[in-house]
Amino acid sequence: MSSLVIKDLHVNIGDKEIVRGLSLEVERGKVHAIMGPNGSGKSTLAKVLGGHPDYTVTSGEVLMDGEDILALAPDARSRKGLFLAFQYPMEIPGVSIANFLRAAVQSRLADGEELEATEYYARLYEKMDALEMPRNFTSRSVNEGFSGGEKKRNEILQMAMLNPKYAILDETDSGLDIDALRIVSGGVNKLRGPEVGILLITHYQRLLDYIVPDYVHVMVEGRIVMSGDKDLALQLEEKGYDWVKEGLQEPAGV
Amino acid sequence: MSTETASNLNIDRSIGDFSYPESHQYDAGVGLTHDTIDYIAGVKGEADWVREYRHKALDIFTSKPMPTHWASHDLDAIVFDNIRYYLSNGQKANRSWDDVPEDMKRTFERLGIPEQERRFLAGVEAQFDSEAVYSNIKKAVGDQGVIFVGPTEGLRDHPEIFKKWFGKVIPAGDNKFSALNSAVFSGGSFIYVPPGVKVKHPLQAYFRINAENFGQFERTLIIADEGSEVMYMEGCTAPKFETATLHSAVVELVAMKGAKIQYITVQNWSANVFNLVTKRAVAHEEAEVKWIDCNIGSRLTMKYPGVVLKGRKARGEVISIALANDGQHQDTGAKMIHAADETTSNIISKSISVGKGRATYRGLVHVPKHLKGCKNNTECDALLINSTSRTDTYPAITVRGTGNAVQHEASVSQISAEQIFYMQQRGLTEGQAMSLSVNGFVNDLVRQFPMEYSVELKRLIDLEMEGSVG
Repeated sequence: MSSLVIKDLHVNIGDKEIVRGLSLEVERGKVHAIMGPNGSGKSTLAKVLGGHPDYTVTSGEVLMDGEDILALAPDARSRKGLFLAFQYPMEIPGVSIANFLRAAVQSRLADGEELEATEYYARLYEKMDALEMPRNFTSRSVNEGFSGGEKKRNEILQMAMLNPKYAILDETDSGLDIDALRIVSGGVNKLRGPEVGILLITHYQRLLDYIVPDYVHVMVEGRIVMSGDKDLALQLEEKGYDWVKEGLQEPAGV
Repeated sequence: MSTETASNLNIDRSIGDFSYPESHQYDAGVGLTHDTIDYIAGVKGEADWVREYRHKALDIFTSKPMPTHWASHDLDAIVFDNIRYYLSNGQKANRSWDDVPEDMKRTFERLGIPEQERRFLAGVEAQFDSEAVYSNIKKAVGDQGVIFVGPTEGLRDHPEIFKKWFGKVIPAGDNKFSALNSAVFSGGSFIYVPPGVKVKHPLQAYFRINAENFGQFERTLIIADEGSEVMYMEGCTAPKFETATLHSAVVELVAMKGAKIQYITVQNWSANVFNLVTKRAVAHEEAEVKWIDCNIGSRLTMKYPGVVLKGRKARGEVISIALANDGQHQDTGAKMIHAADETTSNIISKSISVGKGRATYRGLVHVPKHLKGCKNNTECDALLINSTSRTDTYPAITVRGTGNAVQHEASVSQISAEQIFYMQQRGLTEGQAMSLSVNGFVNDLVRQFPMEYSVELKRLIDLEMEGSVG
């Protein structure tokens, strides 16, 4: 089955439950957007799917093309085709983008198979051109001293090079000015296609003007409380998250 | 960068960890007395003055206490009476690999030495326990008057060149271990580069310990005459033995007016080697000496390459990388003694501590009051991998007078869990992510190495880091 299925997922940090029974299916070829107010657990969901060690899954399942991935290390999930574009990409001093991406691409090859350098660079340059990144970018240390826009473009470049089956984009629009947003979303749109399922996590509707989703879900307090098509995002923009919260029945005592 | 596959890594990990059965023709036995010295001097057929020098050095060694008032008490674990001080199959180093005894030849082939020689070296010496079994210099280099021999040959055949400087840069009494080396030295490289000769390709020595309970005490003296240039590289390995092995070398460099010496060490000792080495250079007017020192492996390494900046405008540099893995202590650093006007020195030290590994930086910079226009720059950066890792920095900088400038920067950093998660999310294993971060940390220094050595160093770092994670 070609989809990423999240079933009744519960996630804790320490004793605190952040994700509280979330279910969602992201099919390949589709773009799902999750919107929600600050503190709703959106970013936690992204990190948990990536396998971040600080979070504990207390119950539920995550199936990627039918295979439970929760027991897998983050790198194994990545090699199976799960990609996470970080809200705050990390700096790796002294490691060039070219070398980092090369190691990442190499990690997907079979034992004993060597990356062909000229092909690799040809592909890298092609993807960089699409993201309007100058060639000298490859020799800069990963994210070190990058502007917000450069960091996000670098995330999308990595996504383009790694050809994921499922990509989770965590607040990819945060910290971007309008030009950078255009370039980054243009890059994402080029990667859309029948082979990849995309989960966009965002606070603002703005991103969805550029990357138009097939479905929109609203996440509040660790659950998806409302789902619809792209028009739901516009409604949210107009009425605010309080409109959603008002419609929720809070269990007594919470 | 870690591009090797897992299976390759498994093969590579054991690259130095093999040994062949011993069959030594000459064996000085266990323990160190004046008889041991007579035995070594006898086997080598040395001149009386050399024998005398050795005997005096032994007395100094015996009389000096262990430097444990400032150094690690782990030194007390060395049992000098259990060590064998001389093992060889004779004096003659072969000039062709075909003539090297089969097991030794196989050893160096497994370490890739003959191949490196063909590819990029001007001369090679390969030492097996106490003596070189192979020594060759490319004819074109020899024809320029460059001498590249062992100490026995050097002191015997070219005393007019070597006797003048032997034991002068580092006297026997400099410290307990320089005294030990001066008493029992065997093997190593004596190099002379005539005025104006620029040796294009590096000269290389490879030091291999094959025997257990053994002490290797090579002695190196490099003299670069006026306006000459030479690059020397050394590599070292030993198999993993149950008992401690001792490596205690003395390396003296003399750069005459306007000469340039680059001395590169990439050591990869197994984890039970005590590596206690004294390295010092004298730089005359406008000369340049650069030590590039990479310390990986060993149980305890103590090594502080130094430059005595003796002539006006002389320049000294130490670039040092140390990786202290679990159970290891890399106690390294640099000494810069400014002794003339307008001398400059630069020290860049980067250390990585893994697990319970400990890296110590000790730096000595001395600029006396009467000098003018001297400059020193010291940077030392430490990277801690685990919360149990340890690093210490002891910089001793004495700068007097008004016309001198000194600059010192130090930093300690850690690889964060978020960084590792980020890299893992791109498909790298935890070990690969660690290696890549560590390689990134030392990258600016590694770039100063000749290509072949930077590749080797990256590979060694990958191996060390692979072994360090769960």
